[in-house]
Amino acid sequence: MLLIHCPYCEDTLPELEFTYAGEAHIARPADPSALSDEEWRDFLFIRTNARGPHYERWRHVGCGRFFNALRDTVSDRFLMTYKAGEARPTLTQEAAE
Amino acid sequence: MSRYRIPGKGRVDHSAPVSFTFDGKTYRGLRGDSVASALLANGVHLMGRSFKYHRPRGAVSAGSEEPNALIGTSRGAGRFEPNTRATVQELRAGLVTESQNKWPNLSFDVGAINDRAYMLFSAGFYYKTFMWPKSFWDKIYEPVIRGAAGLGKSPTEPDPDHYASRYLHTDVLIVGAGPAGIAAALSAAQSGADVTLVDENPEMGGSLLSDPAVQIDGKPAWDWVEGQLGRLRAAGVRLMTRTTAIGYYHQNMVGLCQRLTDHLDNPPKGAPRERMWRVRAGQVVLAQGALEKPLVFDGNDRPGVMLASAAQTYLHKYGVKVGNNPAVITSHDSAWYAAFDLSDNGAKVAAIIDTRDSVRPDLAEGARKRGIEVLNGHTVTTTKGRLRVKSVRAAPVRGTHVGTGRSIPCDCLLMSGGWTPSLHLFSHTKGSLAWDGASNTFLPDRKTEECEIAGAGRGLWGYEAVLADGAAAGLRALEGLGRAGHEGRFTVANDRPGTGVSHTELPTDGNAGKARAFIDFQNDVTAKDIRLAVREGMRSIEHVKRYTTNGMATDQGKMSNINGLMIAADALGKQPPQVGLTTFRPPYTPTSFGAFCGYLRGETFQLTRKTPIDPWAEANGAVFEPVAQWRRAWYFPKPGEDMHAAVLRECKATRASLGIFDASTLGKIEVAGPDAVEFMNRMYTNPWTKLAPGRCRYGLLLGEDGFIRDDGVIGRLSPDLFHVTTTTGGAARVLTMMEDYLQTEWPELDVWLTSTTEQWATVALNGPNALTMLKPLVEGVNWDDFPHMSCAECTVAGLPARLFRLSFTGEVGFEVNVPARHGLTLWKALMEAGKPYDICPYGTETMHVLRAEKGYIIVGQDTDGTVTPADAGLEWAIGKAKKDFVGKRSLSRPDIVAKGRKQLVGLLTEDGSLLQEGAQIVLDPNQPKPMKMVGHVTSSYQSTMGHPIAMAVIEGGFDKMGETVFIPMPDGVRKAKITSTVFYDPQNERLKA
Ligand SMILES: [Zn+2]
Repeated sequence: MLLIHCPYCEDTLPELEFTYAGEAHIARPADPSALSDEEWRDFLFIRTNARGPHYERWRHVGCGRFFNALRDTVSDRFLMTYKAGEARPTLTQEAAE
Repeated sequence: MSRYRIPGKGRVDHSAPVSFTFDGKTYRGLRGDSVASALLANGVHLMGRSFKYHRPRGAVSAGSEEPNALIGTSRGAGRFEPNTRATVQELRAGLVTESQNKWPNLSFDVGAINDRAYMLFSAGFYYKTFMWPKSFWDKIYEPVIRGAAGLGKSPTEPDPDHYASRYLHTDVLIVGAGPAGIAAALSAAQSGADVTLVDENPEMGGSLLSDPAVQIDGKPAWDWVEGQLGRLRAAGVRLMTRTTAIGYYHQNMVGLCQRLTDHLDNPPKGAPRERMWRVRAGQVVLAQGALEKPLVFDGNDRPGVMLASAAQTYLHKYGVKVGNNPAVITSHDSAWYAAFDLSDNGAKVAAIIDTRDSVRPDLAEGARKRGIEVLNGHTVTTTKGRLRVKSVRAAPVRGTHVGTGRSIPCDCLLMSGGWTPSLHLFSHTKGSLAWDGASNTFLPDRKTEECEIAGAGRGLWGYEAVLADGAAAGLRALEGLGRAGHEGRFTVANDRPGTGVSHTELPTDGNAGKARAFIDFQNDVTAKDIRLAVREGMRSIEHVKRYTTNGMATDQGKMSNINGLMIAADALGKQPPQVGLTTFRPPYTPTSFGAFCGYLRGETFQLTRKTPIDPWAEANGAVFEPVAQWRRAWYFPKPGEDMHAAVLRECKATRASLGIFDASTLGKIEVAGPDAVEFMNRMYTNPWTKLAPGRCRYGLLLGEDGFIRDDGVIGRLSPDLFHVTTTTGGAARVLTMMEDYLQTEWPELDVWLTSTTEQWATVALNGPNALTMLKPLVEGVNWDDFPHMSCAECTVAGLPARLFRLSFTGEVGFEVNVPARHGLTLWKALMEAGKPYDICPYGTETMHVLRAEKGYIIVGQDTDGTVTPADAGLEWAIGKAKKDFVGKRSLSRPDIVAKGRKQLVGLLTEDGSLLQEGAQIVLDPNQPKPMKMVGHVTSSYQSTMGHPIAMAVIEGGFDKMGETVFIPMPDGVRKAKITSTVFYDPQNERLKA
C-alpha cells in the first residue's frame, strides 16, 4: 500500500484514504459547443497512457480535496504531489531517479 | 519408542507423547513434532500422491517449501483445511489428518493408471488433447477434467474460526530469525530503534537448530541462540514466531500472517486462529536464508528420497532418523555433514555419491573416519522401490558418458543439488536479480525499497560469514534510520562452510526415453517435459512455465524454478539470465482466506446503514433488502401474506387512500452560496434560473459523455440555497462529481456543497388523502400557493421540517424532512394521524411498482450508463436554451444522434405473464442462433391494474409502438407489445386533486 502526500493536509497518509481521478491537466473547454466532434472526442476519451512519469489527479477522501500528482506508472512511485490549479511541474532529474 | 526416534535427542519433548491419526490410523508422536517428523519417526514415508500421475510421494523437505506431503487437517465441523504441508503442521493432541489425491487408499490408488500412461500426459497435454473436436468440450472433456482436477478437498461448511488483523509501525523489520536475522537484530536494536524479528517456524534459530555442533563465541549453537534471543527480548525487540512474511509491498509495507492456535490442543475460547499484520517498517532486513535444490535424476521422487538438509533437520530438531541405511547423492558439500551427523547417530550410511571428481580433504577424511564409502565423480542413474526407495543405482560419469553402474541398497536417499537464495520477498518489490555464473544462481541486485538482504539469502555460506553479514546488514538498517550503533563480531568454531556445483538433469544408464526425472514434484513436471516444451517452440521461461506447469504448484516453484530454468537454458543453448526467471508473487506460502478477510466477514463485512425509522420497521415485521449500504424495509407482510400479496395490498392502499414510506436513504446535498444557481445550471441539464424559491423541479445529471448519471427532485429554498436529492446509491458519487467540478473546473464559483443525507429523516406520504391528512399537522405553509412541485421550511407535527410536495407514485404526494433525531417521532405522529385514513406503511417494492406504473425511471435499473436523456424519453428535462451544462456537447455527438439507439419503452405480455428483469428481446424468434438481441427488460412487476407491466430498452423502440417483440425464455417464447412507459393515469389527473 502506497503512502501519498496530500498537499492540502500536508501529511503523508495511506493509499486507503485516496482515490484515483484520472489524468491531470485536461481542462474542460471553456466553450464545448465550439469544438468539432473530433476535438470533443479527444477531450472525452483520448488519454496519454504513459509508461513512466504520469501527471494524474487524486482525491484525498479525508479532506475531500482533489490534487495533482506525478507518478511513475512502472514503479508505481509517487514522484510529487501538488495542488489543483498549480502549473504542471517539469520533471527534474532527481525526481525522476 | 520407534526404531527411527533417537531417545532424548532433538528439541521435542520426549516425556510428552501426542497421539494423532493419519488416514484413520492412530500414531504417536512427541510434543514439538511436525506431522511429517512424527510420521517419519513411525517409519512412514508415504504421505501423499502426486497431482497428475498419482505417484506415491513422501516429504522431500522439512519446511514450508514442501511440495509433496500435503495433507488435509481437521478439528471438527467447519475446521477442515486441505493442502496443509505435513512438514509445517505442528502436532497437537487428537489431530486428524488425511492424505490426498488417492482412491481407494494411499497404498493402492486407481488414479495411478495415469502414471502408466504418462507418455500421453506430457507437456502441453491439455492444450493438445482437448482442442478437438470442439463439440467434445462441454460433454466429455470438461466434466472429466473437473472430476479429476483439484488438489485436496474443498471445505464445504462455513469456517467457525475468527481471524484478527493489526497494523504495526516499526523501525526495523527483520524477516527470518536464523543466524543472519538474529545478528541483524542485535545490530539494529541499538539507539532506541524499535525492532521486530519474525520467523515462520515455531522456534527461532533457523539452520542453527539443525546444526547443534556449531559453536559461536564459545557456546554451542542452541545455547547461543537462546542467549541472544534473551538479549533481544531484554532490548525490547518484538519476537514473533509462527509468523510468515507473505508479501512485501510498496514503501516497506510487509504483510505478516501469524498462526495462533493451529498448534494448540485446546485453543482458548474466542482466540483468533490467525492474525494478519500490516507492517510499515522504516527499514527491512531480509534474512530468509536459502532453499536446497533437489537433483534431477530418474526416480528422484520416490518416498524416502529427500533433501539432505531435511534429513539433518529431522535428526537434530526432532530426533528422527529418516532412515537407518541412507545413501547420499550430492553436488554440494553441505550434504556430507548430513551424512556425518546421521552416521554419528547410529545410521549406517550406504554411500556418499558425489558428482564432483574430488572434494575438500577434510570431508573425505570425515567419511573415511566413519567408514562411509565415497563415490566421487558418480551419479545416481535410477532408484528402485514401489512405496519407498529400496536401492539406488550409482554409476561413474564423465561428462555425458555414464560408466558401468552398480546397485546400492538403502532405505532412504538424501540429495543436494546446491542452494538457491530465498529471494521471493525481494522479488515482490521488483528488486532486480543478477545471475551469478560462479554459483549458478540469481543474487539480489538493484533494490527498490529501503531494505537489506543478509546471509545465505545473498549467496553467502558458512556460519561465520553469515553472522558477520547479518550484523553488517542490521547496522546499515540502523544507519538508514539516521541512528548509530556498533557492529557485533562473532567467532565460530566447528563451522560448516561449503561449495558446490550445479547440474541440469543427471545422465542415466537406462533407457533415456523412459527416465522420470522430476523437477516440479507437485505438478509432476519432468526434465523431459521442459525439453519438449522448448522443442515445441517455447522460448521464454514464462511460456515454458505455462506449457509445462513447472513452478505453478502451491510451492510456487521454490524447489523447481532454478532446475527448470537451467534445463530450459541448456535446451535453448542460452545462458539462464537470457531465458529469464519467472516472477514470484505474494503470498510467499499459501495463506488462508480467513487471514485476508480478518474482521471483514459476516455482519462486519460492510457497515449496515440504518435510518432513524428502522427500529419501527423492524418492530413491525418489515422484511428488509440491502440497497447500497443501507438496509431498507422491502415490504411489511401481514400474517399469512407472501411478498406478492403484501406488495399488492400496500400498492392498493396507497392508491385508494394513504401510504407512508421511509425515504430517509435518499441522497441529500445542500448547494449554497451566491453562485449556487449558476452552479446548478452548469451541473444539471435543467434550467434553474427561473425556478422560484419555494418551488422544486426534477433534476437530471449527466456525465460529460452525455449519459445519465443520476436524478432527483431539487428544491430551491431561497435564492442561494438548493436542497438536492439524489438516488440512494448515488449520493456519494454525485457529491464527489460536484466537488470535482467546483474545485478543479470552476473554482471561481462561490458555492458550498454539504452532504446532508444523514442529517435529514425523510418520510413520504402518498395517496388521495395525503393532503387532507397532512394539512392539520403543518404550520408555516400557505396552502393556497403550495401546488405540486413546491417546497417550504415549516413545522410538521411540531417538528422543524422541510416539506416537499412531489410524487414518485402518481398520487398526491409529500416528502417531509425533519432533523434525523426527530425521524422516529415524526413517523409515529404521522402513523397516528393517518389512522382515520387507514394509513398503510409500504416498503421499497411497493415504491418500485407504483413508480413503474407511472413510467418513472430508476437510474441504474432502467438506465445502465449508456442511456441518454433522449433514450429514456427525458428530453423535456433539458434546458435547451442553456449554452452549456455537463454533458451537453455530447448530446450532439454522431453516435448519440444516430438512429437505432436503444430506447426506453413499456412492454405488456400477450399472455399476461410476468417477464424476468434482464431478459433479452428479439424481433424474430425463428431466426437462426445466435439471435440478434435488440434490447432487454429493465423493470418488471405485478401491478395494481390486474396485469403485469414491464419496461425495456429496445433498439428504435419509440418507432415501434404497438409492435410485437419476443422474449425467448427456457420455458418458451413470450410475446409482448411495445407500449408507452406510462401505464397509469397518463394525464396526471390524480396529481391535480
Ligand atoms: Zn487532504
